[in-house]
Amino acid sequence: MTFEEIRERLAAKFGGAGSAGDGRSPQGGALEARIGALAPANKDPFVVVPAADILEICRYLKDDSELAFDCLMNLSTVDWPKKNQIEVVYHFWSYSKRHAFIAKVQLDRAKPEIASVESVWKSADWLEREQFDLMGVVFTGHPDLRRIMMPDDWVGNPLRKDYAEQADWHNITTTRENSLEGYVRLDEFKKKVAEAAAAAAAPAEKKELPS
Amino acid sequence: MKPLEIPTMDMENKEVLRRIEVGGDMLLNMGPQHPSTHGVINFLVQTDGEVMKRAIPEVGYLHRSLEKIGERCTYNGYMPYTDRVDYIAAMFANQGWAMAVERLLGMQVPKRAEYCRIIACELNRISSHLISVGTMAMDVGAVTPFPYALREREFINDLLEELCGARLTYNYLRIGGVAFDLPTGYEEKVSTFLDHFEKILDEFNRLITYNEIFVKRLAHLAPISKEMAIDYCLVGPNLRASGVKFDVRKDLPYSIYPELQFDVPVGKGEVGTQGDSWDRFWCRVEEMRQSCRILRQCLVQIPKDSQVMGKVPRKIKLTEGLEAYSRIESARGDMQYYVVAGPGENAHRVKIRTGSFTAMGIIDALSRGLMIADLVALIASLDVVAPEIDR
Amino acid sequence: MQSFLDNLIRNAGHDPSTWPWTQFVYLAGMGAIAFVVINFAAITAGIFSWAERRVAARIQSRVGPNRVGPGGFLQWIADAVKLLLKEDLVPDEADQFLFRIAPYFMMVGFACVFVCLPFSHRLIVADMNIGIFFIIAVTALIVVGIIMSGWSSNSKWSLFGAIRSAAQIISYEIPAGMALMIPVMLAGTLSTQGIIRAQGGWPWQWFLFDNPAAFAAFFIYFISALAEGNRTPFDLPEAESELVSGYNTEYSGMRFSYFFLVEWGNMWIMSALATTMFLGGWQLPGLTPERFDALTGGSAVVAELASLALFAGKTLFFVFVVMWLRWTLPRIRVDQMMNMCWKYLVPISFAGVLFVAVWMLVVHAVPALGIAMRVLLTAAGAFGVGAFVVRTLKNIRDTGDKFDFTSNW
Repeated sequence: MTFEEIRERLAAKFGGAGSAGDGRSPQGGALEARIGALAPANKDPFVVVPAADILEICRYLKDDSELAFDCLMNLSTVDWPKKNQIEVVYHFWSYSKRHAFIAKVQLDRAKPEIASVESVWKSADWLEREQFDLMGVVFTGHPDLRRIMMPDDWVGNPLRKDYAEQADWHNITTTRENSLEGYVRLDEFKKKVAEAAAAAAAPAEKKELPS
Repeated sequence: MKPLEIPTMDMENKEVLRRIEVGGDMLLNMGPQHPSTHGVINFLVQTDGEVMKRAIPEVGYLHRSLEKIGERCTYNGYMPYTDRVDYIAAMFANQGWAMAVERLLGMQVPKRAEYCRIIACELNRISSHLISVGTMAMDVGAVTPFPYALREREFINDLLEELCGARLTYNYLRIGGVAFDLPTGYEEKVSTFLDHFEKILDEFNRLITYNEIFVKRLAHLAPISKEMAIDYCLVGPNLRASGVKFDVRKDLPYSIYPELQFDVPVGKGEVGTQGDSWDRFWCRVEEMRQSCRILRQCLVQIPKDSQVMGKVPRKIKLTEGLEAYSRIESARGDMQYYVVAGPGENAHRVKIRTGSFTAMGIIDALSRGLMIADLVALIASLDVVAPEIDR
Repeated sequence: MQSFLDNLIRNAGHDPSTWPWTQFVYLAGMGAIAFVVINFAAITAGIFSWAERRVAARIQSRVGPNRVGPGGFLQWIADAVKLLLKEDLVPDEADQFLFRIAPYFMMVGFACVFVCLPFSHRLIVADMNIGIFFIIAVTALIVVGIIMSGWSSNSKWSLFGAIRSAAQIISYEIPAGMALMIPVMLAGTLSTQGIIRAQGGWPWQWFLFDNPAAFAAFFIYFISALAEGNRTPFDLPEAESELVSGYNTEYSGMRFSYFFLVEWGNMWIMSALATTMFLGGWQLPGLTPERFDALTGGSAVVAELASLALFAGKTLFFVFVVMWLRWTLPRIRVDQMMNMCWKYLVPISFAGVLFVAVWMLVVHAVPALGIAMRVLLTAAGAFGVGAFVVRTLKNIRDTGDKFDFTSNW
């Protein structure tokens, strides 16, 4: 199935569910396809789905015999401070039908929460843990939601755009001395030497001028 | 079975609680400095004597926040960092990144550059699989196959060094092409190596693959069914060993793979159950043979012109929000880059999905009821590489 | 041992019983012999450590240690000096006393075996009439040392290694003991020299080719000895890739070196025992033990040296086989190891003992049957060796490899 067909099938199933909260839905459809207008050839099309329905949609994607998305290939999050949003991007893949689909969910940046799809695909377990750790998206219903890359008591979510690293962790400093401090680039050094020479020469000229 | 209590930090005393006895069982910290965890990975193993009740992988010891670095580098400047995603098969990470950005730019790569890429990648695939099968034999206790594998890998390292000057982190690919054309006489050198290597593969099979003890150790060990492999999103040789005939090179062909003839080896359960550890081992050995086939075709078909770089703007600047998704068949399976372009010269978000990461997720489920010796073989058979898990 | 000293002094033309302080002379003599034996054990173990590294390097197409002395031969001395000078660390939470004493248990168990191992026709410290029994009993001390070291280290990996080792060595002592019973039955004595004397110099006179049960017993013994010596494919107690280093994980310096001394020394013991029990020991082809005894003067010395060389040659060949196996085979799993022992080796060895008992009666009645069986088994052995050589040559040809014993030394 092509991407369009998958989208239409999804829209037929969930289309009557009412308008979603993203504010850009066409009338009567919860789903909106936003196929790249900028560079269609380069850009992978995706569909924005409402956050509340994600578990239901995922179940349908997996169980429907025509769609049969048996694999969640990738789950990533994108932080958009400008739009005050965190996007969760799901990349689905079907081994039986050999087709792919991309769905996005837009969450509030202050309180990103979404239902876990771990019950649908087991691979979501670690993928969601990673995003929870690095982006701070809370996946409700996840059986074992704890940090995966960072230590358990780490503060902050490193992939957020406004992330500031804590200065130390258990008295281990997280910053290193700049080993280049005190050194000057050779060309800049030469420039400085030249400037100094020019400056040394300049006052003499200046002295001469007023006199 | 009651869940295993995970050691946590005692923030009051700032002391790591590592000595937890779980009921009558023993909690064993296998790692992070253990000879056969293939890098710095920790396994919390709950054992009752030799039999494990559970092994929980703890990763993150090698986390270098490569995805964050990707947001701060220019597109070209990120290329050397991608080497570090998987330093055993660095060429593939290069290729994935190059393809993702080329997709964003909507550009074509010159034909000869594509061939150069595939030659480099397939050589790298052989060398990566050699490490994988060699260390697997070593983890099962046979020490000799490992130096044999490394000896062959040295030849490949020499070839790649001649190509790009580096032996481990190549940084050979560029966005829009490759850094250097093939040196003179390179084709002959590669085909001499292939003649030699195909014989060595037979010798390797005689030495270890069909060794009675080796087969006894690995047959029926931790079989992964087709459904389970897909559910846990295993990729690459691990997936194919379970009987799913899927190879990105064949099914979602990219680069020049449509022009090349090769087979996709699928685990058949020759000595045990389909998808057991021996099948995963065998798939890698067979893939090396297929890579030899691909290389031979590449050496014949490569165009004779000398253009290896496409037209790429000096400063790559893309519209904010533009995004691309690239899938390539790395040595450890389906490697995927998800790139969102930022406003300036760098990406807004880079997400690298690697084969080892999801392969690690399955160990907890598979480990129940295995023995400690089996866990070592299982880790090796899944061919996890610590930097690729943590990135 | 007293008689050995007695003979030595009498041959020199003195009578120790007429001397004052007779017992002290014996004591001093025993001390001297013990010194020689322990040094022999330690030096062979050291040399094997070098030999193993060189053999492993050749097998793995590497170079191996080749810097210290000719062909790197003095490497083992350098290593010994290094290990002696290293700090002897004892973990803070280890059981200090047991941790320190464990290596000595192993050393004692290992050195005592040399008391009744033959070297040549006359060269043996003490030809005890319970020789084999003594060897089997004393070897068990090594297990005590291993368990002690594993338990006292207070490390989980060490404990794993120790428990594995205990299970393994105690299990495999049964098939090893039963397999050794077969030559004992055939010879009618437990004395090591007596068993060698009951065989002959030519291969078809060896106990190996005496009957099918003895043939099987040889392999059972060899497998069990590998297991008792913790050699691959039975190196589970120190399985490097699983248990870090097994029972000796926490050891360092001199105490660490004892464990490896025992491991490499054990290779000589297991090979010498196999040679003694199944391969005719020091028996020279065409020279019966009676005629050997009767030799005097220069010819006796020559024959003695020849028998020493023959015994050492056979033993070293087996040492090489043990190394060769180590660097070829993978390790088996702990349950497979137990299965192999209790489900296969023990029943076969028991059946073998029964078979030999019956066989001896049959041969006693029909001597021709015994000769026919010897010829048959010797032919089978020769065929096996031939097939091995042919296959090896084919493998070498297929890979396009060549014999190369000269380069990379």
